[in-house]
Amino acid sequence: MLLPRIIPCLLLSGQGLVKGQKFKEHVYIGDPSNAAQIFNTKQADEIIFLDIKATFEKRIPDVRLVQRVTNECLLPFTVGGGLRSVDDMRAMLNAGAEKVCVCSAAVEKPQIIDQGAKLFGSQCVVVAIDVKKNLWGRPEVCIHSGTRATGLSPVQHAVAMEKLGAGELLLNSIDRDGVMQGYDLELVRDIVRAVNVPVIACGGCGSLDDLKKVIAAGASAAAAGSMFVLHGRKRAVLISYPSQRELVDIRGA
Amino acid sequence: MVVIVDYGMGNLQSILTKVERLKHSALVSSNPQDIMAASKIILPGVGNFAAGMANIQQRNLQEVLNKKVLEDKAPVLGICLGMQLLTCFSEEGHVDGLKWIDARTEKFNFPGTASGSTAKLTFRIPHVGWNKVFQKKASVLFKGIADGQRFYFTHSYKACCKDAGDIAAATDYGGEFTSVIERGNIFGVQFHPEKSHDHGLALIDNFLTYA
Repeated sequence: MLLPRIIPCLLLSGQGLVKGQKFKEHVYIGDPSNAAQIFNTKQADEIIFLDIKATFEKRIPDVRLVQRVTNECLLPFTVGGGLRSVDDMRAMLNAGAEKVCVCSAAVEKPQIIDQGAKLFGSQCVVVAIDVKKNLWGRPEVCIHSGTRATGLSPVQHAVAMEKLGAGELLLNSIDRDGVMQGYDLELVRDIVRAVNVPVIACGGCGSLDDLKKVIAAGASAAAAGSMFVLHGRKRAVLISYPSQRELVDIRGA
Repeated sequence: MVVIVDYGMGNLQSILTKVERLKHSALVSSNPQDIMAASKIILPGVGNFAAGMANIQQRNLQEVLNKKVLEDKAPVLGICLGMQLLTCFSEEGHVDGLKWIDARTEKFNFPGTASGSTAKLTFRIPHVGWNKVFQKKASVLFKGIADGQRFYFTHSYKACCKDAGDIAAATDYGGEFTSVIERGNIFGVQFHPEKSHDHGLALIDNFLTYA
């Protein structure tokens, strides 16, 4: 039986690890390769690194950082941020990333999903879909770290990306990001129902119960940031990951 | 010297560092002379089968690999796409493989998988994540590794063996599929041992240390 995955989703700003709320007010919380090593020791299922400044700065995530994580860790990891061409994807994969994650370029030049899937295989092309509710409460796909609304419906975008060859979707709720009050289960259900590829839900996780609920809603994996890197009401930096017993409870196996 | 064959399909760095961590000298190379001199060969690989085979042919590696593996009986470990390349043919691109193992590489196929289908799939494709590997025969690869241990998979295609004797381990995903192949000096793992925690490293070590 395939086990549902519990994935720390860590945000990079260049060389540093950051965390914010609702895609804003990011504060520095530490060194990414240190954090990766801790999750490696805790035998995390996987890690995702997203460089939230890369698109703005027109660059890709730091290749040496990806290499360092590859060298030190015995777990799969996904890297995203500013990837706009198959050469960008190749640079990340050659550095040792298992999968690449594309967000803005998947909307602006969707053919790179098709090209990437054909060259490297669908299994290593993840499309991130950042979703924010607009003024009328309708969910909308956003790009450029949530700063630009596209008018696209998340379900339509998800279906289009699957058709182009995306092997996984990282569904991120901007409204829930860093708030730690639960995933947007309705959004997760809508996307899971619309596609056949695995869906990684992200945004809003605050408790082990939230992880359980989103897996019950059909997500193949539950990703979380704040819960795995921050602790307590004052949001002190503390890296944690569910224990083996807790994982058995969350996964039901 | 262990040679990690570079046929342009990624994932090399990750494997190289794990082999080095296990205190074995290794070389990433696409040079036929290096391959000829290798004590053991690792065939890594991420990506498309047809692209992988085309790259092997472009680099003129098929002949030297055949000689090394089939005649000299050098131990070879195919990982992920590298395992699929051991087979005779793949549905991915409809091309021939290295033909070392009597098997076909086929796409996972579940009812409702056809594109445009609105059926909710229990078994999503690709098969991504941690799944259990059940040993079907004694293999040097499993020394010290518990039966049913979990490993990290990410793939849409699977190797279907004609000879059940080649199946060293199987995994359940909407039915059993072959997750480890072993035939004499030829080994293949569909999962990524280099990304599967300490027991994944142990499996690589088992391959590197067996004589």
